[in-house]
Amino acid sequence: MPDINELQKFATQVRRDILRQVHKVNSGHPGGSLGCTEFFTALYKVVMDYKTDFDMDGIGEDLFFLSNGHISPVYYSVLARSGFFPVEELNTFRLINSRLQGHPTTHEGLPGIRIASGSLGQGMSVAFGAAQAKKLNNDDHLVFSLHGDGELQEGQNWEAIMYAAAKNIDNIIATVDHNGQQIDGSTETVLPMGDLKAKFLAFGWDVMEIKDGNDLQQVIDGLNEAKSRTGKGKPVCILMKTVMGHGVDFMMHTHAWHGKAPNDEQLEKALAQNPETLGDY
Amino acid sequence: MKEYKSTGNKDTRSGFGAGLTELGRKNPNVVALCADLVGSLKMQDFIDENPERFFQVGIAEANMMGMAAGLTIGGKIPFAGTFANFATGRVYDQIRQSIAYSGKNVKICASHSGVTLGEDGATHQILEDLGLMKMLPGMTVINTCDYNQTKAATLAIAEHEGPVYLRFGRPKVANFTPEDQKFEIGKAVQLYEGSDVTILATGHLVWEAIQAAVELNEKGISAEVIDIHTIKPLDEEAIINSVKKTGCVVTAEEHNFLGGLGESVARTLAENHPAPQEFVATQDTFGESGTPEQLMEKYGLNAAAIIKAAEKVLKRK
Repeated sequence: MPDINELQKFATQVRRDILRQVHKVNSGHPGGSLGCTEFFTALYKVVMDYKTDFDMDGIGEDLFFLSNGHISPVYYSVLARSGFFPVEELNTFRLINSRLQGHPTTHEGLPGIRIASGSLGQGMSVAFGAAQAKKLNNDDHLVFSLHGDGELQEGQNWEAIMYAAAKNIDNIIATVDHNGQQIDGSTETVLPMGDLKAKFLAFGWDVMEIKDGNDLQQVIDGLNEAKSRTGKGKPVCILMKTVMGHGVDFMMHTHAWHGKAPNDEQLEKALAQNPETLGDY
Repeated sequence: MKEYKSTGNKDTRSGFGAGLTELGRKNPNVVALCADLVGSLKMQDFIDENPERFFQVGIAEANMMGMAAGLTIGGKIPFAGTFANFATGRVYDQIRQSIAYSGKNVKICASHSGVTLGEDGATHQILEDLGLMKMLPGMTVINTCDYNQTKAATLAIAEHEGPVYLRFGRPKVANFTPEDQKFEIGKAVQLYEGSDVTILATGHLVWEAIQAAVELNEKGISAEVIDIHTIKPLDEEAIINSVKKTGCVVTAEEHNFLGGLGESVARTLAENHPAPQEFVATQDTFGESGTPEQLMEKYGLNAAAIIKAAEKVLKRK
């Protein structure tokens, strides 16, 4: 495992990438992206066993599915900085003729991405299909997925959650980004979802919690713990508390930056709070 | 005039079941999913022979479509079966994003399409599914006419890389196409050569078109009959060549006249060889309860309706 300080630098660079991508085109979703930076860093730099020589079927490697596709800036940054495509391509985010569409897609052939997402609530079903294919292929690698908490308001998730436990899909780790925010406000004001832990438990899942999803060591430890719980007959869920907009003080603890880009001045302020660079693109 | 004989009435959905069973034996990558309608989709033989390759998802079609998309990631060829209504309209967005836009090799297999589903009534009788599916970029859309053709199509789509919508029905209809036919996606089948009017039919209305052509012949009208089993990609060459010869066309389908075969044909002709056209189809209406025969009569989806349309279009030449 890389040194934790090196990983922190990587995460800081990812934050810079997120802010710069969104700023350049004056559109995109910085809030959730910043909040999930530690998760993506842990997943791609420490936890997942994957090949950068990208192959759609992904046999013999761990797979990841992003269900809440609007946080594409963090996904693109981490994929690029993990060797899937040139980092300079982040310059094309949301521009015409780009492989970096507003929401991730297979349509433009971007290595690292195996399903389109953006219309919410579909990723868990896809992840379960891929997990079932792994079992049929006698492939003992794992499937990871990430979901927004607000996204769980989509009913398809609960069809899938019911299915996974009933059919003992135990080669999956589904993480919920539990930041308590959605476009129109907090999840508590828009549509409270009650006790998510109790709900997953009631559906027969093995449920874990990461109390601070913006603490890199906690995320790494949590994902590793989740890995050790796979293969035991139950799907594994991680409820991961994060702060939307984490790492930029004026973007934190509000839904205001869910889908809004910083202006020039705000960008400089935000970058100054994340000064460590590995080399901007 | 060539005589087409039925070897007996059989349901097209059983053709799907037989094809799927054969696929299970010869292609280890074929997997099947169903949303609590195994009996209706005739999937039991496949399940008995390949229990590990079958996924019963329960009454949860959205999850089924997503899982089917996921199963392709790993090289599987999923056949997802349910009623046409729940296989399209109910899960349009799932099909759009996770299957069509993502370019996934999923075969959506839809039974009980159209009003001939019968007594269950309009909640279950979708007449818009061909339109919904053909509007999705990259989606192949097939509507088969009898048991043998449905079986052949089921086998053929497993060899085709990309998303496919395969539509079939509930009632028993004449089984008249060859048992050993080779099904070519996108290739129309000419059943009668004629010079006065072209009849383009899809699904079980192909049999009705044959009956209509025989009766029209007795009235001295020479009808060319073409089985358009693939709505998309449409065999435009066969259609244009035929209409260039006859000068007018009747399209026949168990679908709303908006969005179905008729509209695809009209666009093709408008761009290439404009000609008078009559639409044998439902007229922007929901269905209702009744026997398949009663409903075909009431909604004008039989040989008599095709004859009437042919006589009308001939006057517009």
